[in-house]
Amino acid sequence: MKIPYQYSVRNLWNRKLTTVLTVSGMALVVFVFSAVLMLADGLKKTLVSTGSPDNALVLRRSSTSEVMSTIDRYQAGVIATQPEIALGEDGLPILAKELLVLITLNKRGTSKVANVTLRGVDANSWKLRPNVRLIIGRKFRKGANEIVVGKRIAERFEGCALGESIKFGQRRWLVVGIMDAGNTEFSSEVWGDVDQFMQAFRRPVYSGILFRLKSRELFTRVKKRLENDPRLTVIVKTETQYYKEQSELMERFIKIVGMVLTSIFSLGAVIGAMITMYSNVANRVVEIGTLRALGFGKTSVLTAFLLEALLLGLIGGLIGLTASSFLQTITVSTTNWKSFSEVAFRFTLTPRIALSGLAFAAIMGLAGGALPSIRAARLPIVEALHTWE
Amino acid sequence: MDEASAQGPINREEEKDDPLIIVKDLHKSYRRGAQKLTVLTGVNLSIPEAQYVVFIGPSGSGKTTLLNLIAGIDKPDKGKIIIAGVDISTLDESRLSKWRARHVGFIFQFYNLIPVLTAYENVELPLLLTHLSKKERKKHVLAALKVTGILDRAFHFPAQLSGGQQQRVAIARAIVTDPTIIVADEPTGDLDKDSAAQILDLLNYLNRELGKTIVMVTHDPRAAKRARKVYVLDKGILRDQYENDLSWT
Amino acid sequence: MNLLKYIARNTFRHKLRTSLTVLGMAIVVLAYCLLRTVVAAWYAGVEASSPNRLITRNAVSLIFPLPISYLNRIREVPGVEAVSYGRWFGGIYINEKNFFPQFAIDADHYLDLYPEFIIPEKQLEAFKKDRRGCIAGRLIARKYGWKVGDTITIRGTIFPGTWDFILRGIYHGIDRGTDESQFFFHWDYLNESLKKTMPIRADHVGWFVVKIKDVSQAAEISRKIDALFQNSLAETLTETEKAFQMGFVSMTEAIVVAIKIISYVVIGIILVVLSNTMAMTARERTREYGVLKTLGFQEGFLFKLIIGESLFIAVTGGILGIILSFPAARIFAKSLETFFPIFNLSAKTLLSGLLAATLVGFLSGIFPSIRASRTSIVDSLGHVG
Repeated sequence: MKIPYQYSVRNLWNRKLTTVLTVSGMALVVFVFSAVLMLADGLKKTLVSTGSPDNALVLRRSSTSEVMSTIDRYQAGVIATQPEIALGEDGLPILAKELLVLITLNKRGTSKVANVTLRGVDANSWKLRPNVRLIIGRKFRKGANEIVVGKRIAERFEGCALGESIKFGQRRWLVVGIMDAGNTEFSSEVWGDVDQFMQAFRRPVYSGILFRLKSRELFTRVKKRLENDPRLTVIVKTETQYYKEQSELMERFIKIVGMVLTSIFSLGAVIGAMITMYSNVANRVVEIGTLRALGFGKTSVLTAFLLEALLLGLIGGLIGLTASSFLQTITVSTTNWKSFSEVAFRFTLTPRIALSGLAFAAIMGLAGGALPSIRAARLPIVEALHTWE
Repeated sequence: MDEASAQGPINREEEKDDPLIIVKDLHKSYRRGAQKLTVLTGVNLSIPEAQYVVFIGPSGSGKTTLLNLIAGIDKPDKGKIIIAGVDISTLDESRLSKWRARHVGFIFQFYNLIPVLTAYENVELPLLLTHLSKKERKKHVLAALKVTGILDRAFHFPAQLSGGQQQRVAIARAIVTDPTIIVADEPTGDLDKDSAAQILDLLNYLNRELGKTIVMVTHDPRAAKRARKVYVLDKGILRDQYENDLSWT
Repeated sequence: MNLLKYIARNTFRHKLRTSLTVLGMAIVVLAYCLLRTVVAAWYAGVEASSPNRLITRNAVSLIFPLPISYLNRIREVPGVEAVSYGRWFGGIYINEKNFFPQFAIDADHYLDLYPEFIIPEKQLEAFKKDRRGCIAGRLIARKYGWKVGDTITIRGTIFPGTWDFILRGIYHGIDRGTDESQFFFHWDYLNESLKKTMPIRADHVGWFVVKIKDVSQAAEISRKIDALFQNSLAETLTETEKAFQMGFVSMTEAIVVAIKIISYVVIGIILVVLSNTMAMTARERTREYGVLKTLGFQEGFLFKLIIGESLFIAVTGGILGIILSFPAARIFAKSLETFFPIFNLSAKTLLSGLLAATLVGFLSGIFPSIRASRTSIVDSLGHVG
């Protein structure tokens, strides 16, 4: 015979304070759990969606990021002649030679500074990254000391709003446009004319060469050829792969710290649930005896108590997830250790995280409820009925 | 017995022939949710010192409420309760606590001993509110335990004692401070016949030999027979009162 | 019989519940201590910095080098006692997971400016004499099993090629706050190789380390140094080592803030768990509290009784948590070695953990105490169970 589920629900309702306290404990753990996953996912998503699988990036061999890489004009010329590169309407290869440097800028309204990525680009750079859209103003003119800044930079750094200017490389650069590239790293970059940047920084070399592939299948072929070319010492990656690698170190850190913490916390929450459920059993010994005497089996009692624990967990999980979903409005900006430049990203709640959060909460509830429920089911009827205090 | 009498009589401020307890026009009602429940309506009575009275009446007659009011653990809506010259209905919470500690010894139906304390420690508990030294406390506790005949169980925990034994410890706790009145709420309600008889004997002994004033509530007719005076309550009103002939005891 | 004895006996009334709560408390205090230690590890570089060292770097950003020719001009600034220089090498040992910082340094003087790195005299001499020599911190030497005389091969990322170094010395820190994971080799070795392969990048350093005589002159000297190179191709930015290190911390501040927030959330979790236990306990003892009040005990006594018990549980759990922190920190330090070469439980951290536990114990007892004192005697005596 089954005990109606209302029994479990009402029992939770009757001991409101204890239920509220236990549920809040669970909620806090699920909150931390999902926040960590959301942070790691947000970072990964930002960096991965920054790249396109149709683009290939050429860097100097052993460079782990564009900042370290150098490719001279001669090598750039060799790379530009590869037959796998897609051609534009003008019949020319869709290839951009870019220069990447980091500059230190002041954060608005603080004395704090951060490294910002400065990308010297050419006309093809816009074509290769269709997700980068100009939202206000215009693009910089070739040969002028003008820059376009990413939306997240414009908001947070001094001198980066439209019409303002910043100084670097002994020149003053006017912000003529603001670009938005959604949730990608380009929203945290500053773009200008590559030739102007090379002059300003006295850097006669490019950082990397980015080109569009005629088709994705051709990637391995062009990679093999370029990497084995004796005139070059380069490494070729798809743009997606490159950005994924950029996020790895940070993501690993967030995950290690996050997971260690969550496992420690969950132990705490399971203990909390256990305390509550044990006392629920202890307080209802007579009641359990009565239920058993009425003919409910051990399994029914076990199920009723497990259900109660599961409910505790799920309610806590839902509250925790709801709270963490508000985190999505927060943009986190930090320095990516790998590229050493500022990256801004959002907490991202994915269905997968939501599900894992709930599952985690359910498991915590069940784990906390298991032993007490077994105790409840095993109570000898006669003894239970006689316990009266 | 020698130890108990060694504590000596308490000096009272009021004159000897005044009643010890005077209850005047006592009203009390409770609020249970939306409805008002009238429990006592205009009760008057007076109890002289060294008296042994019992309140009887059906459930809901107000006898326990009257007892609680006399013991100072509840407050009347209207009326006066003057005990040893003090109107306790006017005392605030903190004064009332001190007053109880000094003047009332309470005996409960379910003994209400603190389960984590030994019999000795339970009896010692009310003495912690006095200024007695540890040595003096010991003297009093042992005397009380001896009077109630439970000295041999002094270092047992309540769970290791029978109901009758627990009630003896509880009575020892009630008399250890030599209170002005002893208040008992169904002291035999949870006991078997033999234990109940022993507890009643003990109460009679306390009243007759040691001159303790006892106020008791019960619905046990055997218990009611052992008091000197019986008040019958019904629906919050004092219906009847009569004296028992105790010469047979 | 006294109050303490009564509290102690009450605590052990529900052995299972009390032990579970103590355990929960211990786990959370442990988490709290670890988190605070992570935050402290973040600031380890700042803590270890010396007030009499300034760092001069390229004003544009750290990735831009400065010409070596600045050396003599900085040395002539009044108040400067010594100047040395280094350059970030950023190579890879075997694979990318094995991260440790490598610096190309001015072999003759750089280490003199860092008295916190202790190297046997003979090893230091051997290092100075061997242009391909290197010195490694005790931590990484132990991790990779290096011995003096070993050849260590590092693949350059910023400076292409495969570089062989011969380990000439192993340094250890003067105290537990010193980073023992650094790797030093001759700047001259790097520079000569660059002259052949990439002459444009030769004769540059990453930063200058400036030792000053008078700490109070730091700001003044910084200004003077920067003024020397104003409007040159490579303008400089000079700041105290502390500010320089702080710059690194503030770059990843968001993470530090997040960890700090979490460490408070942790306290919230345990507050909830202990409050729950105390609420249940107090509810079960409602009748007992009624009896105590009947006997004439006042609210203050009940407060002491309830808060005493919750403090007892909290502090026991806190102490247990602190004891557990030691092995846990060791494991944690191992898995985060790459990120934090210095990961020490400080007395301050442990003390604050204990303090937090005490606070939690106190707070958890308040609510049930208030409820116990508010319940009327008649109601509590009527309370069953």
